[in-house]
Amino acid sequence: MNPFKNVNFEKLKRGLTKSRKRLAAGVAEALTGKATIDEETMEELEEALISADIGFDVVERTLENTRSRLANQADRGEGAALKAVRKELAAQLERAGATADYEPALASHKPFVILVVGVNGAGKTTTVGKLARNFKRAGKSVIVGAADTYRAAANEQLEVWAERAEVDVLGMAPGSDPSAVAYRTVETAKREGIDVAIVDTAGRLHTKANLMSELGKIGRAVAKLEPTAPHETFLVVDGGAGQNAVQQAERFSEATPLTGLIVAKLDGTAKGGALFRICDALDIPVRYVGVGEGIEDLQNFDPRLFVEALFNE
Amino acid sequence: MLDELTRKIDGALKKIRGQGKLTEANISDALREIRRALLDADVNYKVAKRFVARVKEKSLGAEVMRSITPSQLITKHIHDELTELLGGEAAELRLNASGATAILVVGLQGSGKTTFSGKLAKRLKERGGKPGLVACDVYRPAAIEQLKKLGESIDVPVLTSDEKDPRRIATSAPAFAKERKLDALIYDTAGRLHVDEEMMAEVADIKAIVDPNETLFVVDSMTGQDAVNSAKAFNERVDYDGVVLTKLDGDSRGGCALSIREVVGKPIKFASVGETLDALEPFHPDRLASRILDRGDVVTFVEKAQAHADELESEELEEKLRKNAFDFEDFLKQIKVIKKMGSLSSILAMIPGASKLGAAADVDDDALVKVEAIVNSMTREERREPKLLNGSRRKRIARGSGSTIQDVNRLLKRFKEMKRMMGGIAKSGLPKTFPKGPSPF
Repeated sequence: MNPFKNVNFEKLKRGLTKSRKRLAAGVAEALTGKATIDEETMEELEEALISADIGFDVVERTLENTRSRLANQADRGEGAALKAVRKELAAQLERAGATADYEPALASHKPFVILVVGVNGAGKTTTVGKLARNFKRAGKSVIVGAADTYRAAANEQLEVWAERAEVDVLGMAPGSDPSAVAYRTVETAKREGIDVAIVDTAGRLHTKANLMSELGKIGRAVAKLEPTAPHETFLVVDGGAGQNAVQQAERFSEATPLTGLIVAKLDGTAKGGALFRICDALDIPVRYVGVGEGIEDLQNFDPRLFVEALFNE
Repeated sequence: MLDELTRKIDGALKKIRGQGKLTEANISDALREIRRALLDADVNYKVAKRFVARVKEKSLGAEVMRSITPSQLITKHIHDELTELLGGEAAELRLNASGATAILVVGLQGSGKTTFSGKLAKRLKERGGKPGLVACDVYRPAAIEQLKKLGESIDVPVLTSDEKDPRRIATSAPAFAKERKLDALIYDTAGRLHVDEEMMAEVADIKAIVDPNETLFVVDSMTGQDAVNSAKAFNERVDYDGVVLTKLDGDSRGGCALSIREVVGKPIKFASVGETLDALEPFHPDRLASRILDRGDVVTFVEKAQAHADELESEELEEKLRKNAFDFEDFLKQIKVIKKMGSLSSILAMIPGASKLGAAADVDDDALVKVEAIVNSMTREERREPKLLNGSRRKRIARGSGSTIQDVNRLLKRFKEMKRMMGGIAKSGLPKTFPKGPSPF
C-alpha cells in the first residue's frame, strides 16, 4: 500500500503549469514550422533546458544524444525531436532508480527510520510534516524527532507541523546533541511499536565540515539501535536551486549515505532541473516532490510525468 | 594557481599565440568557455548570452600586446564587465534622518529573511542605533517565536502579536517604536512565492502601510535560473531598493546576483555569510565578480586580516603571501588572527581556487585547536623550515600535541597545498591584469 498514491497527481501538474507553459512555448517556438531540427532549433531548445536549471553538461549530452537518435530515423520533425529529448531526460532519471510506484519498505522494518537532511531553507521541516501526515493518513503510527537543536524555535516549528499531522514529536532542549535526539526518537519508536520514525535535522551548508561530520554521527547513533537504520536518508533540495546543488548533494553523501532526493517548492516557476545532475552524479533516485504549502502537498515522484510536465501543454 | 576559467580560456586561445589580433574565428572557443562558466555559475541564460556578446565586442580586433596574453586580456574584459554590471560602489542603507528608519525585508521561503533581519538589527545596534524587530510572518509555524529568540539573543526588542493579519501588525509598529524610543524598525515578512497573487498583494499592502526607507529583497545565493523571475515579480509589486545575497558561506558562485542586477537594476546591498548573527558584510561588487569567475576573494581575505591584526602584521602577511615565504611561524600567528576573523571555512571560501582543492580545503573549525597544538609542538626552527620535519620529528610532534602522526602528516600536506595555492596567486599576473582593483597582489 502506498501512502502517497492517493494524492491527487493533478497538483503536480498544476504546480508546474506556469513553468510548463513557458518551457512549452520555448520549445514550440524552437520547433515550429521546421521540418528537421537545425542548429538554431537546437540552440533554442538548449535555452529552454538550461533555463530549467538542468545544467550545461546534461543539456549538452542530452542534445547530443537526441541529435544522434534523430540522425538514425526518418522522422526528424518537431514531434519526433521533442519526444527524443523527453525520452532521453526521463531515461536519465530512471537510470538513477526513480520510479513512480516507489513505496518505502514499511513492512520490512519496524520502526522504519527516515533521516531528512539538507541545506538551510531547503524545506526540510515542511517536508517532514508532510511525510508524517501522509504516513499517518495511510494508517501508520508516526513519531518525528526534532534534531535541529540549533536554529531558534526549530522545535516549535516542527511541533506545529506534528500537531497538524496528528503525530507525536520528540524534542530536547535547544543546544542538545542532535544524535541524542535521533537516538531517543528511534528508541521511543521501538519501545512503543511505532511504524515510522522521521528525524528532522538542522539545515547545514555542505561547506561546513564539522556540521557535516555531525550528520554522520546522527546516522551512526540511529544504527546503534537498529543496525539497518536509517532505512531512508532523504536530501531535500530546493526546486529553485542552481548548479551548486550537485556540490551540496556530493558533500552530503560523503557525510552520510543518501538513499533518495526530495525536491521541494516546485509550485512556483522554478523547475527543479538541478536534480538531473544530482541523479547522475550520485546515482540516487528522486522519491518525492513538494508542490505546495498545504500539508498534503507531497507526492510520489514520477520521472515521466515530471519530464512530460516540463514540456507538455 | 590560475583559476579554472582562465586555464580554459588559455587552452582555447592557444592557437592565437603568435597572431597579433583577436578575431571572430580565433576567440569563438574562448567565448564558449566563458558562456559555459557563466551558466555553471547560475547566471541566467539570456543574461549570459548578452554578456558574452559584449565581451566579444570589446575583445575583437584588440591588439595582443607582448606584456599580456590574449586570455589575460579577455579575462580583464570579463572582470571589468562583471564589476560594472554588478554596480560600481557598495551601496549603503538609507537611514531616516528625522524619525525611525523603517526597513522592510521580503523574499521567497527559505531565502534567509529572518536570520538576515537578526543580523541587520545586530549591525545597527553595534553602530550605536536602537533598532527593533517586527514579526510579520504569521504563516510559517514558529516564525514569530524564532524572531523573538533571535531578538532576545542580541537584546533587541521584538514586536510580536497574536494578530492574524500582518497588515495590522505593521500598523501598530510605529507606536511600538515610539514607546521604546527606537530609531529603526526591521519588518520581517513571511516568505512567499512570487506567483501567489494573494500573498503578493499582501506584501504590497504592508509596504504601503510601513512606507519604508529601505525595502530589501533577500535571495539565496544558491538560486538557479529562476532567480530572475522571482526578482522581477517582487520588484513589480514592492519596487525594492536593494538586494541581500545570503548563504555566501557555501560554495555557490552566486551568478544569480548578476542576473538579478542586470534584469532588475537594483543594487546588492548586503552579503550574508553565516548562521551566527555576526556574519553580515556590505556587498562588494568586484569581489562577487571574482567569485563568479572563481578567482576567490583575496580582497576580503586580506581586509578581514587587516581588521583584526595591527597594520604591521597585515602588511607582513601580504608581503609573505606575495613572496610565497609563508611558514609555520606565520601560520601560528595567523591562526590566532583567523580565530578572531570568523570560521576557517568561510575564510577559505575567499581564497582563489579553494573550491578546486576539494578535500584539502575541507576544514573543520574545531580542528583549529588541534592544528594549533601541533604547530605549537614544533620547534621554532621547524616552523621556519618545514622541510626539516622527518619521521622522527613528526612522531615527537604528534606525541607532544596529543595527536596522531596522521594528523601531523595531514597538516603538513594541507600546508603545502595552501602554499602552492598562495604562490599561484602571486604568479597569476594579477597586477598587470587588474590594475584598478584594491588587491595588494
